Amino acid sequence: MPVKESLEGLVQFTKLENILHFLRSNPVTEDVANWSRLSSLWVMTFGLACCAIEMISSACPRYDLDRFGIIFRPSPRQSDVMVVAGTMTKKMAPVVRRLYDQMAEPRWVIAQGGCASAGGPYNTYAVVQGADLVIPVDVYVPGCPTRPEALIFGFMQLQEKIRREKPQLLKERGLEL
Amino acid sequence: MTPEMELLLVNNIKDRFGSSIIQTTVQFGEVAHTVKKDALLDICRYLKTDPSLRMNFLMDVAGVDFYPEKPRFTVVYHLLSLITKLRLRLKVRIEDGEKVPSLTALWKSADWPEREAYDMFGIVFEGHPDLRRIYMPFDWDGFPLRKDYPLRGYKDRYNPYGEEKK
Repeated sequence: MPVKESLEGLVQFTKLENILHFLRSNPVTEDVANWSRLSSLWVMTFGLACCAIEMISSACPRYDLDRFGIIFRPSPRQSDVMVVAGTMTKKMAPVVRRLYDQMAEPRWVIAQGGCASAGGPYNTYAVVQGADLVIPVDVYVPGCPTRPEALIFGFMQLQEKIRREKPQLLKERGLEL
Repeated sequence: MTPEMELLLVNNIKDRFGSSIIQTTVQFGEVAHTVKKDALLDICRYLKTDPSLRMNFLMDVAGVDFYPEKPRFTVVYHLLSLITKLRLRLKVRIEDGEKVPSLTALWKSADWPEREAYDMFGIVFEGHPDLRRIYMPFDWDGFPLRKDYPLRGYKDRYNPYGEEKK
């Protein structure tokens, strides 16, 4: 092979879209991207009601969410998962929406407990009947409040979901650049 | 209730403000006066400053809706003296749309409970420095603890199970 042609081929290959095309069509990179995402789920520290107490205790040494790479972050900008922990009131709903909008893609939402899933026992004038009326929810965890084991199971379900995602395709998440 | 307390809280007040007191009840050792709206400030000022009563603590201001009774609302004031350990309850009955004089000038602690009564029942306190909603969102429509407000609220984007608004 002449030197000139191989150099051209190399230059052609190093163009960004070509690299991206190569990576996108490669199942190994998909697996690596998914694995890295699901192994370091950073959660936004954000509790609304009594479920937040269970969320805190699942992060504490007895249940120890850190062993899954799940670490609580104080800012929506740094986090991947929002756990809607507890009763969401109509007054709180715009704030929840704003915090969700501040999170960077890729992002996921867990609705923890009966209230966040469907309003729970509070079918009243002040309570949002399910977090999915405000933000898209990936995993619903039942319980009132949920036990830490249930929340951990919810996280593991979310990890399973992420493992099967197509990480390079923004279209799959309903996003276009 | 000791005879001295009864003398102070019932007879004494009845003697002074007899024409403004509609009803007096003594139950479980607790005294409650239903008073006329116009005399409320005078009675409260007396209760606060009189050396034998010295009600220096307004514990709570609560609204009650007796719909469809008339007059519709009752505002209940819970008073306590931390010095003489006396307790007293005052009630003012008002119709929908009537205003009640605010007690914020006498007791600072009237501020938030009066805002709460306004938020939940729509009772307007005249002379309140900052009568806004306190629990509900500021753009909220209606007063949710009124008896004619549906428990499940009205249908909106956050509650598809609410009642239809007429």
